[in-house]
Amino acid sequence: MSNAEKQMMPPAVAAERVAAGLAARHGRERRFRIYGRIAIGIALAFLVTLFVSIFSKGIPGFFQHYVTIEVTLDRAKLDPAGDLSVQSLYDGDARGVIRKALFEAAEASGRSGRKAAGKIISQGAEQRLRSAILDDPDILDTTQSMTFAVDDDVDSFLRGYIKRETPEKDRRINDKMIGYIDTLNEKGLISFRFSDYLIFGSASRNAEMAGIYGALVGSILTLAVCLVLAFPLGVATAVYLEEFAPKNRLTELIEININNLAAVPSVVFGILGLAIFIGIFGMPRSIPLIGGVVLALMTLPTIIISSRAAIRAVPPSIRDAALGVGASRMQTMLHHVVPLAMPGMLTGTIIGMAQALGETAPLLMIGMVAFIVDVPGSVTDPGTVLPVQIFMWADFAERMFILKTSAAIMVLLAFLILMNAAAIIIRKKLERRW
Amino acid sequence: MNQQGKTETLVSAAIPDETVGNVFVDNPRIKARDVNVFYGDKQAIDRVTLDIAEKQVISFIGPSGCGKSTFLRCLNRMNDTIDICRIEGEIALDGKNIYAPDVDVVPLRARVGMVFQKPNPFPKSIYDNVAYGPRIHGLAAGGAELDEIVEMSLERAGLWNEVKDRLQQPGTGLSGGQQQRLCIARTIAVSPEVILMDEPCSALDPIATARIEELIDELSSQFTIVIVTHSMQQAARVSQRTAYFHLGKLVEIGETEQMFTTPQHEMTQNYITGRFG
Amino acid sequence: MNSFSLLIAVMLISSGYFFLGTRSSKAVRTAGARLHSLPHYYGLFAGLVAALPALALLVILAIGDDIIFNRLALDFVPDDVKAGENYKEVIVLAQIYNVVNGINFGEQPEWVNAAAAAWHGWEATSTTLKTVTVLALSLIGGMLAYRMVNPDFRSRNAVERIVMTILAASSAIAILTTIGIVFSVIFESMRFFALVPVSEFLFGTTWNPQFEGAERAGSGQMGLATYGSVPLFAGTFLISVVALSVSVPVGLFSAIYLSEYATPRVRSLVKPLMELLAGVPTVVYGFFAALTVAPFIRASGMSLGLDVASESALAAGLVMGIMIIPFVSSLSDDVINAVPQALRDAAYGLGSTQSETVRQVVLPAALPGIVAAVLLAVSRAVGETMIVVMAAGLAANLSLNPLDAVTTVTSQIVTILVGDQEFESAKTLSAFALALTLIIITLGLNFIALQIVKKYREQYE
Repeated sequence: MSNAEKQMMPPAVAAERVAAGLAARHGRERRFRIYGRIAIGIALAFLVTLFVSIFSKGIPGFFQHYVTIEVTLDRAKLDPAGDLSVQSLYDGDARGVIRKALFEAAEASGRSGRKAAGKIISQGAEQRLRSAILDDPDILDTTQSMTFAVDDDVDSFLRGYIKRETPEKDRRINDKMIGYIDTLNEKGLISFRFSDYLIFGSASRNAEMAGIYGALVGSILTLAVCLVLAFPLGVATAVYLEEFAPKNRLTELIEININNLAAVPSVVFGILGLAIFIGIFGMPRSIPLIGGVVLALMTLPTIIISSRAAIRAVPPSIRDAALGVGASRMQTMLHHVVPLAMPGMLTGTIIGMAQALGETAPLLMIGMVAFIVDVPGSVTDPGTVLPVQIFMWADFAERMFILKTSAAIMVLLAFLILMNAAAIIIRKKLERRW
Repeated sequence: MNQQGKTETLVSAAIPDETVGNVFVDNPRIKARDVNVFYGDKQAIDRVTLDIAEKQVISFIGPSGCGKSTFLRCLNRMNDTIDICRIEGEIALDGKNIYAPDVDVVPLRARVGMVFQKPNPFPKSIYDNVAYGPRIHGLAAGGAELDEIVEMSLERAGLWNEVKDRLQQPGTGLSGGQQQRLCIARTIAVSPEVILMDEPCSALDPIATARIEELIDELSSQFTIVIVTHSMQQAARVSQRTAYFHLGKLVEIGETEQMFTTPQHEMTQNYITGRFG
Repeated sequence: MNSFSLLIAVMLISSGYFFLGTRSSKAVRTAGARLHSLPHYYGLFAGLVAALPALALLVILAIGDDIIFNRLALDFVPDDVKAGENYKEVIVLAQIYNVVNGINFGEQPEWVNAAAAAWHGWEATSTTLKTVTVLALSLIGGMLAYRMVNPDFRSRNAVERIVMTILAASSAIAILTTIGIVFSVIFESMRFFALVPVSEFLFGTTWNPQFEGAERAGSGQMGLATYGSVPLFAGTFLISVVALSVSVPVGLFSAIYLSEYATPRVRSLVKPLMELLAGVPTVVYGFFAALTVAPFIRASGMSLGLDVASESALAAGLVMGIMIIPFVSSLSDDVINAVPQALRDAAYGLGSTQSETVRQVVLPAALPGIVAAVLLAVSRAVGETMIVVMAAGLAANLSLNPLDAVTTVTSQIVTILVGDQEFESAKTLSAFALALTLIIITLGLNFIALQIVKKYREQYE
């Protein structure tokens, strides 16, 4: 027993001591709140910085400078064989025809003058001319006003990244070129418009010609393969594990495996694809089919886990009702539970696909890095995907590549936002709250 | 028809506008005047006025959902933690309205402590559970004084002998009854003036309940105790005054013995005899 | 018929059997007999038996024949070529493929043409073989199933059993994937450790795989590659530490504020915004790090008189930290919300301020979960690839100074495996050894996190 005369602290004394400490405690409370707000502020500031940085470069990246010149389309020069065949056009002198028109417009003369003026226009211009002729052969033997992209250095100059004030030897554009650009500008022949090259062009080492079309097609094909493989397999596995799998060691093993796979870094799936599909099976590298398979294996755990959650969310009363009328377990699952769980499964799948769309490392491993100019026509043609294209472009130092890379990133983000929005809409519209 | 031949008119069996019985006392500890409590649009407490006497046990009884817990939680402003809860009226502790805008909730809750329905010891050691209050309020000048406070609180809560050899063990490892006594020790460690108890025995077995009721009796010599209970027998055993709530209104209040033998309102009588609730 | 048209053919045959089976069973029913199952189940049974074995055979043959052809083609290579200095199977096979596909790069040696000619022959044989076996299997299978249509046959059960097998087989894919990963990585790692001792790999401090094989121009050094992975792990460690020192405080405090202090409106606005950070692809972060953050840090450092590398660990770590914030925040938020309200009520009832409640009651109760969240964040940081490839260096520099350029395990894996690989050289194989350690570390961290969460859950149950 404790001392009988020892009393508990009288409330008055306690109240005094409490009051003494209040100011400090409230101060700590205020500071704590502020830390919380600062933390959120930092996170949001990072987000804003990231997006501003991308958008500020990306939006200009959708545009580039073009020059419009009057081109005399001399049939003899352009189509020497006279049969409008691809070979003939290649043998023809599209380049010369364009240069002639350019020199006229820029009032360029003399050897060094023409050399300078010639660098103003993009190297892809002749390709454009040839395509135009193939599209509409009737333009031959006429004079047409045609628009071609300017070279990316000229574009950088026009945007102000290359300055006149810089000494000539430090610039990529010499004074003569600037003179001709000024002439063209005064004549109003230089325009700044939406870059059709960005969207419809394919990979190119020339920044003004570079575009994401091939990568987009590659991404779509790869994701299609991924979806076709991952969705049925994922749903089937989820149904099996939730409903039919016996509670034994093997099932436990499968479940542990799935959870482990969800935690494995994505690079490792690429290594798997490299070692097995390419190393052992000897399948070709760099094709959307292999990319799709690798991405499917990577996305499977996500789809399985979210599908299982969707199945579990369907209340047992539905199952009981179906079984009560005499349906078999399989019929109950396939006719009743799975359709009800489908919105959740779709949502999970779309989100998995969105993650797969942004994946780069595993596809690098299986070789989708090759510099591929042709647009893939099928899942077995070599191709690349949009994130890998961004990765490759990020290495190039030209200003225009920086702008176009940012623009490509915006396209990628747009797709991701669309997909996530679709998932949210499906969830809101179709998911039932039990 | 009236009870025991008394000729006082029994008011009708509708909720009275005015509370029946002795609402006021001399030198009250807590005064509640015209208190209304709203959860959003729903009114939970309707114009309740009563006094709580010092160093006495008063019990709040009534059927489920009658608002007794809600009113209890007003007395130490625990309802502040619920966003949609709105309170009108005045509740004065020692003459000062606790809902005045300049009132600091922190010391208020050190003066008016609370024991909850389900024992909720912290996942800390027994010592740290009891020491938590004194520590945050800075009541102890040093380690020795803190040890004293912990020991005395556990003793007054009737738990000291059982746990004195295992103070460092987790509080969650005790039995239900012991946990509730630990929570009581925790509450009295900050030397409150009033202890609020919200159905403290409803989660306990009869033996543990009996011990706690004994404890309440002992504590009432030092603290003012307000206890919400759904057991009328408990109210009769433990409290000196009783307040009967019904659908948010205070129907009747008075000396416990009188209320249980000769209730003045028919509703009270119906509740006590088990007609409803 | 090529594989694709065979696929279509099998589909058509099985559909045909489906209709036949259904119609036949309907006829039996009309004739008065009572069927065990609904008519379409008989059709389904016939269709499935016609389709599945045939398709399986088709897949096996389609994959297998290329492998067999490769083997056979290599027999055409003369011994002297095989013994040659620069003999590579891949190149030789590529030469043969080109001729097979009609692409001519000039005159080819006799044996290449011979191999190509033979290839055409094999293809023809294989195609005929495929066509005959697959179609036969499909037709015969369907016929047998069709014959089994009679009232007593429990076709629905049979169909359901087939479906069940399919479902179980899909689940097995998960195991197959793991086996594939483990098998490929361990196998190649073993081959690596046959060339380079484990102790050198784990404890060596210089990483120079590029000296492998070919003589360095003029330097006279040959095969002096070293495979000490310590600088790589140090780099991973350094960048992860930088990343965590950003993401843990920001993530944790954000989670605390959002779950304890913020109004529901603020919460519903801020939480999705933070999730946005998690949705941005890592290649975008890498670009941001390389183009914006690294130069900025370099410039700031220079202005302060510090020597900052242009690919500093600080830049890469900072951006990685930004990416991981939502992981820490979201997991911590879940864990904090899981702490029962009763504990908070007890603390408030005793007169605690909100911050005291959080610091002394809620966080200690949630601590195991938060630790698990941090471990998962570490695992994510260790496995991250693109940000470090684009923003961190490639030089295996052993340094713990965040202003230096370091490289990481993942970055080296990418650098080594992108480009020409020879599965014989130690250089390529070292990437597999690195991948093995990466897998062990990430799975280990996840395992520990899971154990902590399991123990923690027990506490509240």
